[in-house]
Amino acid sequence: MEEIRILSPTGVCGSGFLEESFEKALAKKPHFIGCDGGSTDPGPSHLGSGIPAFPRDAVKRDLRIMLMGARRIDVPLLIGSAGTAGGNVHLDWFCDIVHEIAAEEGLRFRLAKIHCEQKADYLKKRLREGRIKPLQPAPEFNEGVIDRASCIVGMMGAEPYMRAIEGGADVIVAGRSSDTAIFASIPVMRGFPEGVSWHMGKILECGAAACVSRKTPDCMFAWVRRDHFVVEAPDERLRCTPQSIASHSLYENADPYKLVECSGTLDLTTSRYEAVSDRAVKVSGSAFMHAPRYTVKLEGAEKVGYQSVIIGSVRDPFIIRQIDNWVEQLEGRIHARVKQIYGERLRPEQYFINIRVYGKNGTMGPLEPVKEIRSHELCLVIEATAPTQEMASSIAGVVRHQALHLPIPEWSGLITALACPYNPAHLDRGAVYRFNVNHVVEPDDPYEMFPTEHLDVGAPAIRRQAA
Amino acid sequence: MTLLANLARLIRSKNAGPFELTFDIMFEDEARYRRVKDSGMLTREAVASRYGLEPSQVRFFYCDNALAVKASIPRPCFQGDLRDADGHGGQQYAPLMDIEIP
Repeated sequence: MEEIRILSPTGVCGSGFLEESFEKALAKKPHFIGCDGGSTDPGPSHLGSGIPAFPRDAVKRDLRIMLMGARRIDVPLLIGSAGTAGGNVHLDWFCDIVHEIAAEEGLRFRLAKIHCEQKADYLKKRLREGRIKPLQPAPEFNEGVIDRASCIVGMMGAEPYMRAIEGGADVIVAGRSSDTAIFASIPVMRGFPEGVSWHMGKILECGAAACVSRKTPDCMFAWVRRDHFVVEAPDERLRCTPQSIASHSLYENADPYKLVECSGTLDLTTSRYEAVSDRAVKVSGSAFMHAPRYTVKLEGAEKVGYQSVIIGSVRDPFIIRQIDNWVEQLEGRIHARVKQIYGERLRPEQYFINIRVYGKNGTMGPLEPVKEIRSHELCLVIEATAPTQEMASSIAGVVRHQALHLPIPEWSGLITALACPYNPAHLDRGAVYRFNVNHVVEPDDPYEMFPTEHLDVGAPAIRRQAA
Repeated sequence: MTLLANLARLIRSKNAGPFELTFDIMFEDEARYRRVKDSGMLTREAVASRYGLEPSQVRFFYCDNALAVKASIPRPCFQGDLRDADGHGGQQYAPLMDIEIP
């Protein structure tokens, strides 16, 4: 095999792409289609609550085009980080859409469903063995964290994909994955150099994002060869330049030259980028160094509590000029009133009041370098987080009343200090989550954390059930 | 003397995972990139002082083939924590914009 061709329809399944770009790419005869389906970027609530970040209908639109295209030219379709976070609930959600499209379109194929959600017993065992290690910076991780977690997933490497392909899968839907592994897996198993294959994966995983100016999410295409790869967007209006492709390794990475994967590190220090046309770039010289130990990164989320929010504004220049002091007094009054109401039933460490002052330092908090403000109005966002939604809502009610009438020395008589745009004044946000792990596991092998189910989709038995 | 914001084509901040924040300062051409790189004003120390950190906490890179300067810092709040105000880390670059470049 002299060359392997890869199509990435878009950066995230559900973010969209042009169908005509996809058709142009299919005409170039890709050997497989890969697409990322998730990220931690939308935040911990998706992993914690199980709710995907992209709407079901948006995912189904993108997935239908990918599935039908892949089956039409009979090449594998690899989807990673299904349903945003890749936990069992996300994976089931995504596979349900796969089954639905297959039934609607009369498609038949072999589906490999690769799980990545980790059982508490397994994690505790590895923790006791000293085989869970912190990355920097990392929160405290212990058995209590494992017990409290709503969901902990492992981020798989390329090997579970390779094994699924060897097992005859036409379509792979995998839980949380290294975005790059989705694309590197097949080239590496076909014997192409790892430096070339992983670097190609790094560029393709974001779809057309590495183009000079991408107006909407769209497709990207690569040709992997023995000592280089070439990348080009199928849409002729999109251009890749050596600078745009070199720049892409900066995006969302702490280190632009060394990208850590389960099995080793992609090293771009000696990569060379050359224009092969005004739209295509050739990349060579990238290296991959195998790690002495295979490691799998964990991602976890736990419930912090339930939250209610009040949004209000202040226009009075007397209040604005003493806003820090006013906010401090408000916090004190809220805590005093909560103590009156709840006593020992809700101790100060069991709930949290956060007052954000937009127009002053709402975006950067203590890091805001501008200390002196000239705003003629300020927006206050006040959050109450408590063990139950009922308590959070009650505290928000306290916040509203205390903020409304908190006096300042300039005025005598009862003031109303906060303009509230909503009625009721507070919004109930439900459960809120936080990321609770930034560690790696050292497994015995690349597969033990990622059990795979092989399913015949659209087989007669399943069709009868669907009908 | 001009401000970094007047020389860069893009200054951006973004999550590098939930626990780190990364800054990219990107240039349209070699001349502007060299001017900034050679000025000695955009450095690990300059980034550290603007985000209240020790220089050892900042990872700092000149990326010649991308015509870009990159710095990464521990996230001031982990992404999504109760005090975090910027879930994607996208609006944390403003303090870099007014670095003065001769």
